[in-house]
Amino acid sequence: MYNCSDLKKGLKLLIDGDPHVIVQYDFTKPGKGQALYKCKLRNMITGALFDRTYRSGESFEPASLEERDMQYLYQDDSGHIFMDKKSYEQIILTEETLGDDKYFLVDNMDVEILMYGERAIGISLPIFVNLRVTQSDPWVKGDTAAGNNKPATVETGYTLQVPSFVDEGTLIQIDTRTRNYVTRVKE
Amino acid sequence: MEPNWQLARKRPTLEKRARIIQQIRAFFVERNFLEIETPHRIPANVPERHIDAIPSADWFLHTSPELCMKRLLAAGYDKLFQICRCWRAGERGTTHLPEYSMLEWYRSHSDYHQLMHDCEELFLHLSLDQHISWQGKTIDLSPPWPRMTITEAFLQFSSTPLETALATEKFDSIIALDIEPNLPAYRPFFLTEYPIEHASLARKKPEDPLVAERFELYIGGLELANAFSELTDPVEQQQRFTKEELLRRKEGKPPYPSPAPFLKELSTLHPSAGIALGLDRLVMLFCDQNKIDEVVSFTPEQL
Repeated sequence: MYNCSDLKKGLKLLIDGDPHVIVQYDFTKPGKGQALYKCKLRNMITGALFDRTYRSGESFEPASLEERDMQYLYQDDSGHIFMDKKSYEQIILTEETLGDDKYFLVDNMDVEILMYGERAIGISLPIFVNLRVTQSDPWVKGDTAAGNNKPATVETGYTLQVPSFVDEGTLIQIDTRTRNYVTRVKE
Repeated sequence: MEPNWQLARKRPTLEKRARIIQQIRAFFVERNFLEIETPHRIPANVPERHIDAIPSADWFLHTSPELCMKRLLAAGYDKLFQICRCWRAGERGTTHLPEYSMLEWYRSHSDYHQLMHDCEELFLHLSLDQHISWQGKTIDLSPPWPRMTITEAFLQFSSTPLETALATEKFDSIIALDIEPNLPAYRPFFLTEYPIEHASLARKKPEDPLVAERFELYIGGLELANAFSELTDPVEQQQRFTKEELLRRKEGKPPYPSPAPFLKELSTLHPSAGIALGLDRLVMLFCDQNKIDEVVSFTPEQL
Protein backbone atom coordinates (compact mmCIF):
# COMPACT_ATOMS: atom_id res chain seq x y z
CA MET A 1 0.00 0.00 0.00
CA TYR A 2 1.08 3.56 -0.65
CA ASN A 3 0.43 6.46 1.69
CA CYS A 4 0.24 10.17 0.92
CA SER A 5 4.00 10.70 1.17
CA ASP A 6 4.47 8.26 -1.75
CA LEU A 7 2.28 10.31 -4.10
CA LYS A 8 4.13 11.86 -7.03
CA LYS A 9 3.74 12.48 -10.72
CA GLY A 10 3.79 9.20 -12.65
CA LEU A 11 2.72 6.99 -9.73
CA LYS A 12 0.17 4.36 -10.71
CA LEU A 13 -2.72 3.57 -8.36
CA LEU A 14 -5.70 1.27 -8.43
CA ILE A 15 -8.88 3.32 -7.85
CA ASP A 16 -12.34 1.73 -8.05
CA GLY A 17 -10.76 -1.27 -9.79
CA ASP A 18 -9.09 0.70 -12.60
CA PRO A 19 -5.41 1.62 -12.91
CA HIS A 20 -4.84 5.37 -12.72
CA VAL A 21 -1.72 7.45 -13.20
CA ILE A 22 -0.98 10.74 -11.45
CA VAL A 23 -0.38 13.25 -14.26
CA GLN A 24 -0.10 16.34 -12.05
CA TYR A 25 0.74 16.50 -8.39
CA ASP A 26 1.12 19.25 -5.81
CA PHE A 27 1.55 19.36 -2.08
CA THR A 28 -0.01 22.20 -0.15
CA LYS A 29 -0.60 23.10 3.43
CA PRO A 30 -2.62 26.03 4.70
CA GLY A 31 -0.95 27.88 7.56
CA LYS A 32 -0.20 25.47 10.32
CA GLY A 33 -2.89 23.11 9.08
CA GLN A 34 -3.20 19.67 7.66
CA ALA A 35 -1.28 18.67 4.53
CA LEU A 36 -3.26 18.33 1.30
CA TYR A 37 -2.13 16.33 -1.70
CA LYS A 38 -3.67 17.66 -4.91
CA CYS A 39 -3.65 15.16 -7.76
CA LYS A 40 -4.81 15.18 -11.35
CA LEU A 41 -5.40 11.55 -12.24
CA ARG A 42 -5.86 9.82 -15.58
CA ASN A 43 -7.85 6.62 -15.75
CA MET A 44 -5.49 4.47 -17.81
CA ILE A 45 -8.36 2.46 -19.30
CA THR A 46 -10.82 5.19 -20.27
CA GLY A 47 -8.38 8.11 -20.50
CA ALA A 48 -10.70 10.21 -18.31
CA LEU A 49 -8.96 13.02 -16.38
CA PHE A 50 -10.14 14.25 -13.01
CA ASP A 51 -8.89 16.11 -9.92
CA ARG A 52 -8.79 14.67 -6.46
CA THR A 53 -7.39 16.07 -3.21
CA TYR A 54 -6.19 13.65 -0.55
CA ARG A 55 -5.49 14.34 3.11
CA SER A 56 -2.68 12.81 5.15
CA GLY A 57 -3.66 9.47 6.61
CA GLU A 58 -5.21 8.08 3.43
CA SER A 59 -3.73 5.01 1.76
CA PHE A 60 -3.69 3.72 -1.80
CA GLU A 61 -3.44 0.40 -3.58
CA PRO A 62 -0.66 0.21 -6.18
CA ALA A 63 -1.74 -0.70 -9.72
CA SER A 64 0.26 -3.79 -10.58
CA LEU A 65 1.18 -3.43 -14.21
CA GLU A 66 3.35 -5.79 -16.18
CA GLU A 67 6.07 -4.16 -18.28
CA ARG A 68 7.05 -5.55 -21.67
CA ASP A 69 10.22 -4.57 -23.52
CA MET A 70 9.29 -3.16 -26.88
CA GLN A 71 10.70 -1.00 -29.62
CA TYR A 72 8.99 2.09 -30.98
CA LEU A 73 8.65 1.74 -34.75
CA TYR A 74 6.73 4.64 -36.26
CA GLN A 75 3.51 6.63 -36.26
CA ASP A 76 0.70 6.29 -38.76
CA ASP A 77 -2.97 7.27 -38.95
CA SER A 78 -3.96 4.56 -36.48
CA GLY A 79 -1.52 5.73 -33.81
CA HIS A 80 1.96 4.91 -32.55
CA ILE A 81 3.22 1.41 -33.43
CA PHE A 82 5.43 -0.62 -31.07
CA MET A 83 6.93 -4.08 -31.50
CA ASP A 84 7.60 -6.75 -28.88
CA LYS A 85 11.31 -7.50 -29.12
CA LYS A 86 10.87 -11.21 -28.46
CA SER A 87 7.65 -12.20 -30.21
CA TYR A 88 7.71 -9.46 -32.92
CA GLU A 89 4.06 -8.85 -32.07
CA GLN A 90 3.00 -5.29 -32.91
CA ILE A 91 0.71 -3.12 -30.86
CA ILE A 92 -0.79 0.34 -31.36
CA LEU A 93 -1.13 3.06 -28.76
CA THR A 94 -3.31 6.08 -29.50
CA GLU A 95 -2.36 9.70 -28.80
CA GLU A 96 -4.93 9.85 -25.99
CA THR A 97 -3.32 6.90 -24.24
CA LEU A 98 0.20 8.29 -24.64
CA GLY A 99 -0.62 11.84 -23.53
CA ASP A 100 2.48 14.04 -23.44
CA ASP A 101 4.73 10.97 -23.61
CA LYS A 102 4.23 11.04 -27.39
CA TYR A 103 6.66 13.98 -27.58
CA PHE A 104 9.56 11.85 -26.38
CA LEU A 105 9.34 8.95 -28.82
CA VAL A 106 12.21 8.50 -31.27
CA ASP A 107 12.08 5.87 -34.03
CA ASN A 108 13.64 2.53 -32.97
CA MET A 109 13.81 3.62 -29.31
CA ASP A 110 13.50 0.92 -26.64
CA VAL A 111 10.60 1.54 -24.26
CA GLU A 112 8.66 -0.46 -21.71
CA ILE A 113 5.00 -0.92 -22.49
CA LEU A 114 2.70 -1.08 -19.49
CA MET A 115 0.27 -3.96 -19.70
CA TYR A 116 -2.96 -4.25 -17.72
CA GLY A 117 -3.88 -7.87 -18.35
CA GLU A 118 -3.59 -8.20 -22.12
CA ARG A 119 -4.12 -4.52 -22.70
CA ALA A 120 -1.36 -2.00 -23.44
CA ILE A 121 -2.26 1.13 -21.50
CA GLY A 122 0.87 3.25 -21.43
CA ILE A 123 4.62 3.45 -21.69
CA SER A 124 7.64 3.93 -19.46
CA LEU A 125 10.07 6.30 -21.15
CA PRO A 126 13.84 6.16 -20.74
CA ILE A 127 15.00 8.90 -18.34
CA PHE A 128 17.00 10.72 -21.01
CA VAL A 129 15.94 11.21 -24.62
CA ASN A 130 17.86 13.00 -27.38
CA LEU A 131 15.82 15.18 -29.74
CA ARG A 132 16.79 17.65 -32.45
CA VAL A 133 15.83 21.32 -32.27
CA THR A 134 13.79 22.19 -35.35
CA GLN A 135 12.84 25.74 -34.48
CA SER A 136 14.35 28.38 -32.23
CA ASP A 137 14.81 32.08 -32.79
CA PRO A 138 18.36 33.40 -32.62
CA TRP A 139 19.06 34.95 -29.24
CA VAL A 140 19.52 38.72 -29.17
CA LYS A 141 22.79 39.39 -27.40
CA GLY A 142 22.35 41.72 -24.46
CA ASP A 143 18.84 40.51 -23.72
CA THR A 144 19.48 39.16 -20.25
CA ALA A 145 15.94 39.68 -18.96
CA ALA A 146 15.02 36.05 -19.50
CA GLY A 147 18.18 34.73 -17.89
CA ASN A 148 19.81 33.71 -21.17
CA ASN A 149 17.10 31.29 -22.13
CA LYS A 150 14.66 31.07 -25.01
CA PRO A 151 11.95 28.74 -26.26
CA ALA A 152 12.82 25.98 -28.72
CA THR A 153 10.72 23.38 -30.50
CA VAL A 154 12.08 19.89 -31.08
CA GLU A 155 11.38 17.43 -33.93
CA THR A 156 8.39 15.87 -32.12
CA GLY A 157 6.66 19.24 -31.69
CA TYR A 158 7.49 19.65 -28.00
CA THR A 159 8.45 23.18 -26.90
CA LEU A 160 10.75 23.86 -23.97
CA GLN A 161 13.19 26.45 -22.60
CA VAL A 162 16.81 26.06 -23.72
CA PRO A 163 19.99 28.10 -23.21
CA SER A 164 20.59 30.96 -25.65
CA PHE A 165 23.51 29.15 -27.33
CA VAL A 166 21.35 26.27 -28.61
CA ASP A 167 20.76 26.72 -32.35
CA GLU A 168 18.35 25.12 -34.78
CA GLY A 169 19.59 21.70 -35.80
CA THR A 170 21.30 21.01 -32.46
CA LEU A 171 20.69 17.62 -30.85
CA ILE A 172 19.76 18.10 -27.19
CA GLN A 173 19.21 15.78 -24.24
CA ILE A 174 15.92 16.10 -22.33
CA ASP A 175 15.10 14.62 -18.91
CA THR A 176 11.71 12.94 -19.42
CA ARG A 177 10.88 13.15 -15.70
CA THR A 178 11.08 16.94 -15.52
CA ARG A 179 10.80 17.50 -19.33
CA ASN A 180 13.67 19.97 -19.00
CA TYR A 181 16.74 20.59 -21.14
CA VAL A 182 19.87 18.89 -19.81
CA THR A 183 22.70 19.41 -22.29
CA ARG A 184 23.73 19.51 -25.94
CA VAL A 185 24.68 16.12 -27.39
CA LYS A 186 28.04 15.78 -29.18
CA GLU A 187 27.62 14.16 -32.59
CA MET B 1 30.71 18.83 -20.90
CA GLU B 2 28.83 22.13 -20.81
CA PRO B 3 28.11 23.99 -17.54
CA ASN B 4 24.92 22.93 -15.71
CA TRP B 5 22.38 25.18 -17.33
CA GLN B 6 19.61 24.47 -14.81
CA LEU B 7 21.86 26.26 -12.29
CA ALA B 8 23.36 28.86 -14.63
CA ARG B 9 20.00 30.13 -15.85
CA LYS B 10 18.90 31.10 -12.33
CA ARG B 11 21.57 33.77 -12.03
CA PRO B 12 19.33 36.87 -12.50
CA THR B 13 16.87 35.55 -9.92
CA LEU B 14 19.56 34.64 -7.42
CA GLU B 15 21.15 38.08 -7.82
CA LYS B 16 17.80 39.70 -7.13
CA ARG B 17 17.22 37.39 -4.16
CA ALA B 18 20.53 38.53 -2.65
CA ARG B 19 19.52 42.20 -3.05
CA ILE B 20 16.11 41.58 -1.48
CA ILE B 21 17.70 39.93 1.57
CA GLN B 22 20.06 42.92 1.95
CA GLN B 23 17.07 45.28 1.77
CA ILE B 24 15.16 43.27 4.37
CA ARG B 25 18.15 43.45 6.75
CA ALA B 26 18.41 47.21 6.18
CA PHE B 27 14.67 47.62 6.87
CA PHE B 28 14.88 45.95 10.29
CA VAL B 29 18.22 47.46 11.28
CA GLU B 30 16.86 50.98 10.51
CA ARG B 31 13.98 50.26 12.88
CA ASN B 32 16.29 49.18 15.69
CA PHE B 33 15.60 45.46 15.49
CA LEU B 34 18.49 43.30 16.64
CA GLU B 35 19.48 40.54 14.22
CA ILE B 36 19.82 37.27 16.11
CA GLU B 37 21.08 33.80 15.27
CA THR B 38 19.76 30.84 17.25
CA PRO B 39 20.71 27.14 16.99
CA HIS B 40 19.24 25.21 14.08
CA ARG B 41 19.51 21.94 16.00
CA ILE B 42 17.43 21.86 19.17
CA PRO B 43 16.21 19.25 21.70
CA ALA B 44 12.51 20.12 21.32
CA ASN B 45 10.31 21.94 18.83
CA VAL B 46 6.81 23.25 19.47
CA PRO B 47 4.58 20.16 19.53
CA GLU B 48 2.29 20.85 16.60
CA ARG B 49 -0.12 18.33 15.24
CA HIS B 50 0.57 19.00 11.56
CA ILE B 51 4.26 19.95 11.57
CA ASP B 52 6.81 17.14 11.56
CA ALA B 53 10.40 17.86 12.55
CA ILE B 54 13.39 16.14 10.97
CA PRO B 55 15.46 14.28 13.60
CA SER B 56 19.16 15.10 13.87
CA ALA B 57 20.98 12.53 16.02
CA ASP B 58 19.06 12.61 19.34
CA TRP B 59 17.75 16.16 18.72
CA PHE B 60 15.78 17.81 15.92
CA LEU B 61 16.33 20.40 13.22
CA HIS B 62 14.17 23.38 14.13
CA THR B 63 10.86 23.83 12.29
CA SER B 64 10.98 27.54 13.21
CA PRO B 65 13.31 29.57 15.43
CA GLU B 66 10.33 30.76 17.50
CA LEU B 67 11.09 29.09 20.84
CA CYS B 68 14.60 30.55 21.10
CA MET B 69 13.39 33.94 19.82
CA LYS B 70 10.67 34.08 22.48
CA ARG B 71 13.11 33.09 25.24
CA LEU B 72 15.23 36.07 24.20
CA LEU B 73 12.16 38.32 24.26
CA ALA B 74 11.31 37.01 27.72
CA ALA B 75 14.88 37.83 28.80
CA GLY B 76 14.27 41.49 27.93
CA TYR B 77 15.28 41.88 24.28
CA ASP B 78 12.44 43.92 22.82
CA LYS B 79 12.81 43.92 19.01
CA LEU B 80 14.40 40.94 17.26
CA PHE B 81 14.64 39.48 13.78
CA GLN B 82 16.18 36.41 12.22
CA ILE B 83 16.68 35.10 8.69
CA CYS B 84 17.41 31.39 8.79
CA ARG B 85 16.85 27.93 7.38
CA CYS B 86 14.01 25.79 8.73
CA TRP B 87 13.17 22.15 8.11
CA ARG B 88 9.80 20.40 7.92
CA ALA B 89 9.56 16.73 7.01
CA GLY B 90 7.60 15.74 3.92
CA GLU B 91 6.75 19.25 2.71
CA ARG B 92 7.48 19.40 -1.02
CA GLY B 93 5.29 21.14 -3.59
CA THR B 94 5.11 24.11 -5.95
CA THR B 95 5.47 26.49 -2.99
CA HIS B 96 7.01 24.14 -0.40
CA LEU B 97 10.52 22.88 0.25
CA PRO B 98 11.47 20.64 3.20
CA GLU B 99 14.40 23.03 3.82
CA TYR B 100 13.48 26.65 3.29
CA SER B 101 14.25 30.19 4.40
CA MET B 102 12.23 31.94 7.05
CA LEU B 103 12.15 35.56 8.13
CA GLU B 104 10.84 35.97 11.67
CA TRP B 105 10.49 39.15 13.68
CA TYR B 106 9.25 39.83 17.20
CA ARG B 107 8.17 42.86 19.19
CA SER B 108 7.54 43.02 22.91
CA HIS B 109 4.99 45.52 24.32
CA SER B 110 3.08 45.03 21.09
CA ASP B 111 0.39 42.96 19.37
CA TYR B 112 -0.62 41.50 16.01
CA HIS B 113 -2.04 44.79 14.72
CA GLN B 114 1.45 46.29 14.80
CA LEU B 115 2.75 43.29 12.80
CA MET B 116 0.17 43.91 10.06
CA HIS B 117 1.48 47.45 9.87
CA ASP B 118 5.08 46.10 9.71
CA CYS B 119 4.12 43.86 6.78
CA GLU B 120 2.73 46.82 4.86
CA GLU B 121 5.86 48.88 5.52
CA LEU B 122 8.25 46.04 4.65
CA PHE B 123 6.65 45.39 1.25
CA LEU B 124 6.53 49.10 0.46
CA HIS B 125 10.23 49.29 1.36
CA LEU B 126 11.00 46.45 -1.06
CA SER B 127 8.88 47.70 -3.96
CA LEU B 128 9.80 50.55 -6.28
CA ASP B 129 6.34 51.98 -6.92
CA GLN B 130 3.85 50.43 -4.45
CA HIS B 131 3.13 47.61 -6.90
CA ILE B 132 4.23 44.05 -7.58
CA SER B 133 3.83 42.58 -11.06
CA TRP B 134 3.34 38.88 -10.55
CA GLN B 135 2.16 36.29 -13.09
CA GLY B 136 0.37 38.86 -15.21
CA LYS B 137 -1.31 40.53 -12.22
CA THR B 138 -0.52 43.97 -10.86
CA ILE B 139 -0.81 43.84 -7.09
CA ASP B 140 -1.50 47.18 -5.44
CA LEU B 141 0.49 47.50 -2.21
CA SER B 142 -0.91 50.84 -1.06
CA PRO B 143 -1.83 50.63 2.65
CA PRO B 144 -3.92 49.81 4.54
CA TRP B 145 -4.33 46.29 3.20
CA PRO B 146 -7.80 44.74 3.41
CA ARG B 147 -8.49 42.25 6.17
CA MET B 148 -11.24 39.75 6.87
CA THR B 149 -11.93 37.49 9.83
CA ILE B 150 -12.11 33.72 9.43
CA THR B 151 -15.78 33.87 10.45
CA GLU B 152 -16.51 36.37 7.64
CA ALA B 153 -14.46 34.33 5.13
CA PHE B 154 -16.46 31.18 5.88
CA LEU B 155 -19.74 33.07 5.53
CA GLN B 156 -18.66 34.52 2.22
CA PHE B 157 -16.79 31.66 0.51
CA SER B 158 -17.68 28.34 2.13
CA SER B 159 -20.88 26.34 1.79
CA THR B 160 -19.93 24.55 5.03
CA PRO B 161 -20.46 26.62 8.21
CA LEU B 162 -17.34 27.27 10.30
CA GLU B 163 -18.66 25.25 13.29
CA THR B 164 -19.29 22.20 11.08
CA ALA B 165 -15.88 22.55 9.44
CA LEU B 166 -14.19 22.58 12.85
CA ALA B 167 -16.20 19.62 14.14
CA THR B 168 -15.49 17.49 11.07
CA GLU B 169 -11.82 18.47 10.66
CA LYS B 170 -12.53 20.14 7.32
CA PHE B 171 -11.28 23.57 8.42
CA ASP B 172 -7.89 23.30 6.67
CA SER B 173 -9.17 21.89 3.40
CA ILE B 174 -11.90 24.56 3.15
CA ILE B 175 -9.29 27.28 3.74
CA ALA B 176 -7.03 25.80 1.05
CA LEU B 177 -9.60 24.79 -1.55
CA ASP B 178 -12.56 27.17 -1.10
CA ILE B 179 -11.26 30.33 0.58
CA GLU B 180 -7.67 30.86 -0.62
CA PRO B 181 -8.56 30.73 -4.36
CA ASN B 182 -11.27 33.36 -3.81
CA LEU B 183 -9.17 35.94 -1.98
CA PRO B 184 -8.59 39.16 -3.92
CA ALA B 185 -5.78 38.67 -6.45
CA TYR B 186 -4.83 42.33 -6.86
CA ARG B 187 -4.38 43.28 -3.20
CA PRO B 188 -2.46 41.80 -0.29
CA PHE B 189 -4.91 40.38 2.21
CA PHE B 190 -4.97 39.53 5.93
CA LEU B 191 -7.13 36.65 7.16
CA THR B 192 -7.56 37.23 10.89
CA GLU B 193 -9.06 35.94 14.18
CA TYR B 194 -8.46 32.20 13.87
CA PRO B 195 -10.44 29.71 15.97
CA ILE B 196 -8.53 29.12 19.19
CA GLU B 197 -7.94 25.43 18.39
CA HIS B 198 -6.01 26.55 15.29
CA ALA B 199 -3.56 28.79 17.12
CA SER B 200 -1.61 26.82 19.67
CA LEU B 201 0.75 29.64 20.75
CA ALA B 202 -1.50 32.66 20.26
CA ARG B 203 -3.29 34.80 22.81
CA LYS B 204 -7.07 34.65 23.07
CA LYS B 205 -8.82 37.79 21.93
CA PRO B 206 -10.08 39.43 25.13
CA GLU B 207 -13.45 40.40 23.57
CA ASP B 208 -13.99 36.94 22.03
CA PRO B 209 -12.18 34.06 23.76
CA LEU B 210 -13.21 31.61 21.02
CA VAL B 211 -10.74 33.19 18.63
CA ALA B 212 -7.03 33.94 18.75
CA GLU B 213 -5.25 37.15 17.82
CA ARG B 214 -3.67 35.48 14.82
CA PHE B 215 -3.45 36.42 11.14
CA GLU B 216 -2.18 34.99 7.88
CA LEU B 217 -0.94 37.26 5.09
CA TYR B 218 -1.82 36.35 1.51
CA ILE B 219 -0.45 38.09 -1.58
CA GLY B 220 -1.53 37.07 -5.08
CA GLY B 221 -2.98 33.87 -3.64
CA LEU B 222 0.32 32.91 -2.00
CA GLU B 223 0.31 32.42 1.73
CA LEU B 224 3.21 34.55 2.92
CA ALA B 225 3.17 34.82 6.69
CA ASN B 226 1.63 33.60 9.91
CA ALA B 227 1.56 35.93 12.92
CA PHE B 228 0.00 36.32 16.33
CA SER B 229 -0.03 38.04 19.67
CA GLU B 230 1.88 35.69 21.96
CA LEU B 231 0.23 33.63 24.65
CA THR B 232 2.18 34.52 27.80
CA ASP B 233 0.47 32.23 30.31
CA PRO B 234 2.74 29.17 30.95
CA VAL B 235 -0.08 27.08 32.40
CA GLU B 236 -2.40 27.59 29.45
CA GLN B 237 0.52 27.06 27.06
CA GLN B 238 1.40 23.76 28.73
CA GLN B 239 -2.23 22.63 28.43
CA ARG B 240 -2.30 23.46 24.72
CA PHE B 241 1.00 21.64 24.12
CA THR B 242 -0.35 18.57 25.92
CA LYS B 243 -3.45 18.65 23.74
CA GLU B 244 -1.42 18.87 20.51
CA GLU B 245 0.90 16.13 21.71
CA LEU B 246 -2.06 13.84 22.46
CA LEU B 247 -3.44 14.46 18.95
CA ARG B 248 -0.03 13.61 17.49
CA ARG B 249 0.15 10.34 19.39
CA LYS B 250 -3.44 9.46 18.46
CA GLU B 251 -2.36 9.71 14.81
CA GLY B 252 0.58 7.38 15.46
CA LYS B 253 3.20 10.12 15.17
CA PRO B 254 6.42 9.92 17.19
CA PRO B 255 6.21 11.65 20.60
CA TYR B 256 7.99 14.98 21.00
CA PRO B 257 9.78 16.09 24.15
CA SER B 258 8.31 19.18 25.82
CA PRO B 259 10.25 22.45 25.41
CA ALA B 260 10.66 22.88 29.17
CA PRO B 261 12.95 25.96 29.37
CA PHE B 262 10.62 27.88 27.05
CA LEU B 263 7.57 27.07 29.21
CA LYS B 264 9.44 28.07 32.35
CA GLU B 265 10.64 31.42 31.00
CA LEU B 266 7.31 32.30 29.36
CA SER B 267 6.17 33.85 32.65
CA THR B 268 8.58 36.76 32.16
CA LEU B 269 7.39 37.52 28.63
CA HIS B 270 5.68 40.91 28.27
CA PRO B 271 2.69 41.18 25.92
CA SER B 272 4.40 40.49 22.61
CA ALA B 273 3.80 39.55 19.01
CA GLY B 274 5.75 37.58 16.45
CA ILE B 275 5.57 36.67 12.78
CA ALA B 276 7.07 34.02 10.50
CA LEU B 277 7.29 34.93 6.82
CA GLY B 278 8.30 32.53 4.04
CA LEU B 279 11.26 34.31 2.50
CA ASP B 280 11.39 32.13 -0.62
CA ARG B 281 7.77 32.99 -1.40
CA LEU B 282 8.45 36.70 -0.91
CA VAL B 283 11.28 36.33 -3.46
CA MET B 284 8.89 34.50 -5.82
CA LEU B 285 6.62 37.56 -5.76
CA PHE B 286 9.35 40.10 -6.43
CA CYS B 287 11.01 37.93 -9.11
CA ASP B 288 7.71 37.09 -10.85
CA GLN B 289 8.21 33.33 -10.42
CA ASN B 290 5.43 30.82 -9.77
CA LYS B 291 7.56 27.94 -8.46
CA ILE B 292 9.71 27.93 -5.34
CA ASP B 293 12.27 25.85 -7.27
CA GLU B 294 13.06 28.94 -9.37
CA VAL B 295 14.16 31.14 -6.46
CA VAL B 296 16.57 28.79 -4.66
CA SER B 297 19.98 27.68 -5.88
CA PHE B 298 19.32 23.97 -5.38
CA THR B 299 16.19 21.91 -4.83
CA PRO B 300 16.53 18.60 -2.95
CA GLU B 301 16.07 16.77 -6.27
CA GLN B 302 19.14 18.51 -7.71
CA LEU B 303 21.49 17.43 -4.92
